[in-house]
Amino acid sequence: MKTNDEKIDRRLLAGREYRGSSRIDGPLVYMRNTHPIGYGELVEIVAPDGSRRSGQVLDTSDEVVCVQVFEGTTGLTLPKTGMHFLGHPLTLSVSESMLGRVMNGLGKSRDGSPIAQGQFDRDVNGSPINPTARIYPRDFIQTGISVIDGMTTLIQGQKLPIFSGNGMSHNQLAAQIAKQAKVRGGDSDFAIVFAAMGVKYDVARFFIDSFEESGVIDNVALFLSLADDPSIERTITPRTALTLAEYLAFDLGKQVLVIMTDMTNYCESLREISTLRGEIPSRKGYPGYLYSNLAELYERSGKVRGSKGSITQLPILSMPNDDISHPIPDLTGYITEGQIVFDRGLHSRDLYPPINPLPSLSRLMKDGIGEGMTREDHPHLSNQLFASYSHVQDVRNLASVIGEEELTSIDKQYLKFGQFFENNFISQDFDEDRSIEDTLNIAWQALGYLPSEELQRLSEDEIDEYWQEMED
Amino acid sequence: MPTRIIGHVKRVNGPVITVCDITDAEMLELVRIGEQQLIGEVVKLFDGEATIQVYEDATGVKPGDNVYGSAMPLCVELGPGIIGSIYDGIQRPLEKLEEASGTFIARGLTFDGIDHKKLWHFVPSVKLGDSVSGGSVIAEVQESETIVHKILIEPTVGDGVITKIADEGDYNVDEIVATVSQEKSKDINVSMVQKWPIRNPRPVKKRLPFHAPLVTGLRVIDTLFPIAKGGTVAIPGGFGTGKTMTQHAIAQWCDADIIVYIGCGERGNEMTDVLREFPQLVDPKTGKSLMERTILIANTSNMPVSAREASIYTGITIAEYYRDMGYAVAIMADSTSRWAEALRELSGRMEEMPAEEGFPAYLATRIAEFYERAGLMETLCDKEGSVSVIGAVSPPGGDFSEPVTMHTKRFVRCFWGLDRSLASARHYPAISWTESYSEYLQDVKSWWNERSDDKWQSNRKEIMELLQKEERLQQIVKLVGADALPDSQNFILEVCSLFKNAFLQQNAFDKIDRYSIVEKQTKMLSCILTYWHKGLEAIEKGVPLVKLRRLRVVQDVAKIKFSISNDDVQEIDKLELKLERSIEKLGGIYED
Ligand SMILES: Nc1ncnc2c1ncn2[C@@H]1O[C@H](COP(=O)(O)OP(=O)(O)O)[C@@H](O)[C@H]1O
Ligand SMILES: [Mg+2]
Repeated sequence: MKTNDEKIDRRLLAGREYRGSSRIDGPLVYMRNTHPIGYGELVEIVAPDGSRRSGQVLDTSDEVVCVQVFEGTTGLTLPKTGMHFLGHPLTLSVSESMLGRVMNGLGKSRDGSPIAQGQFDRDVNGSPINPTARIYPRDFIQTGISVIDGMTTLIQGQKLPIFSGNGMSHNQLAAQIAKQAKVRGGDSDFAIVFAAMGVKYDVARFFIDSFEESGVIDNVALFLSLADDPSIERTITPRTALTLAEYLAFDLGKQVLVIMTDMTNYCESLREISTLRGEIPSRKGYPGYLYSNLAELYERSGKVRGSKGSITQLPILSMPNDDISHPIPDLTGYITEGQIVFDRGLHSRDLYPPINPLPSLSRLMKDGIGEGMTREDHPHLSNQLFASYSHVQDVRNLASVIGEEELTSIDKQYLKFGQFFENNFISQDFDEDRSIEDTLNIAWQALGYLPSEELQRLSEDEIDEYWQEMED
Repeated sequence: MPTRIIGHVKRVNGPVITVCDITDAEMLELVRIGEQQLIGEVVKLFDGEATIQVYEDATGVKPGDNVYGSAMPLCVELGPGIIGSIYDGIQRPLEKLEEASGTFIARGLTFDGIDHKKLWHFVPSVKLGDSVSGGSVIAEVQESETIVHKILIEPTVGDGVITKIADEGDYNVDEIVATVSQEKSKDINVSMVQKWPIRNPRPVKKRLPFHAPLVTGLRVIDTLFPIAKGGTVAIPGGFGTGKTMTQHAIAQWCDADIIVYIGCGERGNEMTDVLREFPQLVDPKTGKSLMERTILIANTSNMPVSAREASIYTGITIAEYYRDMGYAVAIMADSTSRWAEALRELSGRMEEMPAEEGFPAYLATRIAEFYERAGLMETLCDKEGSVSVIGAVSPPGGDFSEPVTMHTKRFVRCFWGLDRSLASARHYPAISWTESYSEYLQDVKSWWNERSDDKWQSNRKEIMELLQKEERLQQIVKLVGADALPDSQNFILEVCSLFKNAFLQQNAFDKIDRYSIVEKQTKMLSCILTYWHKGLEAIEKGVPLVKLRRLRVVQDVAKIKFSISNDDVQEIDKLELKLERSIEKLGGIYED
């Protein structure tokens, strides 16, 4: 049984072409009677017309090998499909010259001209970062967006997804963050890695235009697997993008922002493969390993010792039916360091950005705000905003039952606070870049609608210094 | 490198490998796969084939690769040098992995769980001729600044006498420090290191009834839903409701001797946070760094799923080992759901028949077996030792009716349910007072009463009843508004609101508030109940509620948690007296 394959040159084996597939099912092609093939090996598929595609081994045994073809199986036939097994996993030749370029999900040029060969070939699946090698992220990124900076502060090296829904303004928000994000006194050697999975061309165009407008396009690497590209390619796109991001951040020391949209399409492609392979599903037909699979992506962020770079991730996902308990947002929220949650109600009132702070969270803000980082009143102030705005929701519910007139006078003040808070603090313009001081000051104005005894989360000193009753 | 070939790879499907040509593989044997020497474990044997679960990413493994046996199950190494370590799920020291492969963890690396070269100062506690048996203490070693490591005879050894014992001095863990001679079998040489298979509980003499709480310093837990030393508790909650923060807080402040913190399938940065924070924090019990009593196991979500499955057992075996020395050990497992999901993934890959939501039918048994390893025990060396288990549960969609939460509930006796709406309002810890319970109240009653002038039980009962009344009143308020209630009822809302803000909420980031000693908790509760009793009397005399609410001293009571530190708790008594007087004075005005 034991073969001497180890001794045979890999290149020889890779040169060997196997012809005649035993089964083709969706994006999966099965091949029998091969030499022993390694799990996860990269495969080059030769279509009947001679064109080449790439794939990856999903299951290997002494009888049959199952290969997932990234560019799809359209046009393949059982007898005329050829395969080369390359003896190594899918790699990306990483290089700085990918900045300013548009590529497909595998990192191949989409704009015709070739991409220069990089210095290193990196396995796109990456390897887990050792927790002892991490540096805990704590540098405040000012996005210029009040509700984010004030209440769900973004930290350099954080993974903070946007939970949105169809037709809401998540692309605008991501573009605005990309445009405005800055670390005060921070290093300006930055790069953006953009991965599109299954989104329409318009969306990609919107981002490209916005990067061009703000003059950063030369610092952006775009990996596009659009809606009309084979769906299977989406499963590899974020991996390719993150492989480049790791190189830019941890080898070259850049501050990298990774925008990935739309994670829901990515997950659906995974489900498609899982179903085809007859795997036992967990919730809503998604594979049981969806959590681990997403974690392999999201955990490729942060800061590590020995490098001054960082990877900040801003994944975008649309919640099917705006349901935050759907497996995709749910598992994402369990992995990421918080979430920015869009609200259909705010959106339909034409508020931008339609972020509901209550279900939103930044888990890393605790170490990045306060004295010396933003302002000393920031921690208690944001806490107070959460408590007070959460009470606004209760009062509104009550008002819808008993009528506004029947409310106690304090509750009426809460309604005013809520109104001002939504219209002036949450809401702002697409190109409005607010400093953190502006943000905090607007928050204090909003609290001016409440009596100071209600401000239990703030210290007396803070109230003395910043609070002022607001006139109607 | 092991040379005994037990078979060859036949099929690779993610972390599950089928091996054929099986000769003498043992069930649960630790194996190495291929020339990359990946670590795996035999989980099934059938018809000349074996199923192996691989603890590392299987990329590159191919049919025909050799599989090497080790003739041993998956074990942990137990001996001095464990405290202060950070391990992956199969006890590989992460710092060693970093030295070997840098920022990213490479595959096929092997390291001992503890340092075999380091010298420890050995102080024998037995002499020649002493009778000993499995679990006896033969020596002591100062392992960390605060922990004295007892050198134990392996539990499987029968009765014998000491025929050799090393002199006090410095030895490494491999050196023979004692010999035990037995009547019927060969002499046994004892060193300071032993191995124990992670899936087998270490034996004890007997279980003991609970008698003391594990004091956590979190008021909502200690006062309302206490866990006993040696008890088990589940913390279920959707993402962001505070499972990890609660576990960190308990790991920091609870009165256990040793903490085993298992990051099972969770975030890398959270482990980095512990690594960064714990060494700087001071253990209130010993005045030394918290790291001197802590062991970390980090198998984060992006690390291999099989090792995640094993991490829970690695952790509890280490905990049992320190329990056997007579210590009170507390385990935090964050999150047991990730462990259950690892079981599910492996089971799915093995094509087993699923039960609910794809989980294998043996899920409930595994959960039960795990929590059974907790307890207050009489150890083999006649000491009292305990393992308390605090398990986070991450229910999909925050829905507590899913299999892992449901089954866990069957096997734990304490339940701290986290509430999404409390978390949204930033009421932390978001432990729901309506859904949570503790079945240890009777066990810890006398302990608490002794420390509260016999009042803990009755005060707890009184405040719980008020919370229930408030719950019902809130239903009415939702329909008619608070103004429609009489002052006496509105006062219940008022007192409960004070209790929630001033007592239940506890800010983990505030230097004073982050943990409360027992006296602070009992005094704060007493103060709030005084407000209730005296306030109600005043209202009955006709004092309007607003007057009470506006009392300066009531505002002071609301801020006790931030303003009065654990060292000045007698200040709370003064405040209580002042509160009483102020209310009486108000009442006096209205009596006339
Ligand atoms: N006791 C607490 N005090 C202050 N903030 C808390 C507390 N508990 C939770 N939080 C906040 O909630 C966030 C999420 O808590 P975490 O324990 O990570 O949730 P989970 O583990 O349930 O996902 C934290 O980042 C922190 O901001
Ligand atoms: Mg957590």
